[in-house]
Amino acid sequence: MSPSQPKIEVKHLAKRFSEKQVLADVSFSVAPAESLCIIGTSGCGKSVTLKSILGLITPDSGSIRVDGVETLHQSRAEREEMLQKFGMTFQFGALFDSLTIWENITFRLRQKTPLSKAQAQEQAAEIIQTLGLDARVIHQYPAELSGGMQKRVALARAIADKPEILLFDEPTSGLDPITGGVIDDLIIGAVRKLGATALTISHDMASVRRIADKVAMVHQGRIIWHGDVAQMYDTGVAEVDQFVNGHPHGPLTASQTQHTG
Amino acid sequence: MLSFFAKLGQAAFGFFAATGRISLFTLQAVRWTLLPPYYLRQLGRQIMDIGYFSLPVVGLTTLFSGMVLALQSYTGFARFSAEDTVATVVVLSVTRELGPVLAGLMVAGRIGASMAAEIGTMRVTDQIDALDTLSTRPLQYLVAPRLLAGTICLPFLVLIGDIIGVLGGYIVGVFRLGFNPGIYLARTLEFLEISDVMLGLIKAAVFGFLIALMGCYHGYHSGRGAEGVGQATTNAVVSSSILILIANYIVTALFFG
Repeated sequence: MSPSQPKIEVKHLAKRFSEKQVLADVSFSVAPAESLCIIGTSGCGKSVTLKSILGLITPDSGSIRVDGVETLHQSRAEREEMLQKFGMTFQFGALFDSLTIWENITFRLRQKTPLSKAQAQEQAAEIIQTLGLDARVIHQYPAELSGGMQKRVALARAIADKPEILLFDEPTSGLDPITGGVIDDLIIGAVRKLGATALTISHDMASVRRIADKVAMVHQGRIIWHGDVAQMYDTGVAEVDQFVNGHPHGPLTASQTQHTG
Repeated sequence: MLSFFAKLGQAAFGFFAATGRISLFTLQAVRWTLLPPYYLRQLGRQIMDIGYFSLPVVGLTTLFSGMVLALQSYTGFARFSAEDTVATVVVLSVTRELGPVLAGLMVAGRIGASMAAEIGTMRVTDQIDALDTLSTRPLQYLVAPRLLAGTICLPFLVLIGDIIGVLGGYIVGVFRLGFNPGIYLARTLEFLEISDVMLGLIKAAVFGFLIALMGCYHGYHSGRGAEGVGQATTNAVVSSSILILIANYIVTALFFG
C-alpha cells in the first residue's frame, strides 16, 4: 500500500430501498490512521454507508475500496478476509445476550485461535481493565450491565483482535454527557494505541469535535461538505451550519420532512 | 373484475416469491449444516432446549391423548362388539399418527415461537450483523445447530411420547374399563410392527426439521421493532403447524400400504 493511498475509498455510492433513494452519490475517502466522522440528520443514509462498507448491505452502484482493493462483488472468502481488518461497534452495542462478557469480547479471537477458557478470560479481563471496568464483570451477561458499560464492552469486543480499521455507529447515543465523554476518550485512546483508521457516524457534535480529524456531512444521499473538524462550525454551507450549531429553523427543517432515507 | 384478477395475481406472485425465498434459505441452511466449523456448544444447548425441556409438555399431551383414545374407541367399538381391539387401536393410532403430530404441534408452539423470538430479537438489535462482522456466518452459527437439533430431538421425543401415550391407554383400559392387564398388553403388541413405530419416527424427524426451519426463517427475516418480532413469532408457529399437517399427509401417503 502506497503512503498516499486511502485506507477506505468510497466512490459514487448509490442505494435505493423500494421508492426511497437513500444514497444518491456518496463519495469520500479516509487516510490511514485518520479519524473521519460522518454526520447528518436521522435517516440520511449514514448507517447504510457504514453497512455497505462492511458488506452487510449491497449498494446498487458505486465503488468501495479498502487498502486499494475493491470490496464490492467479493467472494465470501475474500470478504471474510477483508473483515478481519475491521472492528465495529453498533449503536446499541449488539452484544450477544446469551454469552457472558468474556465470551463476547473474545468471540472472534476464539474463532481464529484455539484459546483455553482460562486464556480467553485472562485476555478479556486485560482488555476490559484498560477500558476502565472491573475485571469481575467478564463473568456477567450483557443484560446485567448499564448502557455505558455495554458500550465499553462493545468497544472491547471491537478492539480485541487489534483491527486496522474501527467503525463506530453512534458510539455515545443514549448516554449522559459525562459517560459519553468517557467513551470518546476511550475511543481516542484505542484508535491511537492501535494506530487504526476510524470511521464514526454520529449526531453528537460534542463527541464529533473530540474524536474526529475530518468531518463529512451527508444530506439527501450526497456528501455536501467534507473538511477538517476545526472548520466544522463555519463552513458557509447553510445545511451544515444549521446541523452543527443545532438551529431548529433552516434549510434542513423543510427538506428533512420531504426526504427520509 | 380486473381488480379481482390483479389481486389474485398479486397473491400468487407473493406466494411463489415466498416459496422461493424459503427454498433458498433451506438450501443455504442445509449446506452450512453439513460444512465445518461445527458449533457443538450451540448444538448441545439446542438439544437441551428442544429435547429435554419439551419432555413434560409432550409427555402430558400424549398421556391424555392415549387415555381419551382408549375411552372413545371403547365407546365406539362397543356398538359392534369390538371392544377387544381397543389396545390395538390405541397403540397403532399413537405410534403412527397421534404421537408425532401432537408432539410436533406442541413443539411448534413451544420451540418454533422461541426460536423466532430469539433470532428475531438478534436481528432487530443488530446481533446478526455483529456476528457477520466478527467473521462468523449467521446461518452456520444460529440456524444449522437448530435444524440439526430439531431433526435429531423430535424422534426421541416422539418415541418417549409413544410409550407414555400407550401407557395412558393402558391405565384407562385396565383401571377404568376393566381389561385384564396381561391381555391388554398382549393385544398392544400383537399387531404392532416395527414399521409402525419407524413411520412415526420418520414423521417426527421431518416435523422437527420443519419446526426449526420455520422458527429460524421467520426470526431471521423479522421486521423491525417489537411488532416485527411478534409477527415473526406468530408466523413461525402458524406456518410450522400448517406444514406439519401437510407433511403428515405426504409422508403417510409415501409409506401407505
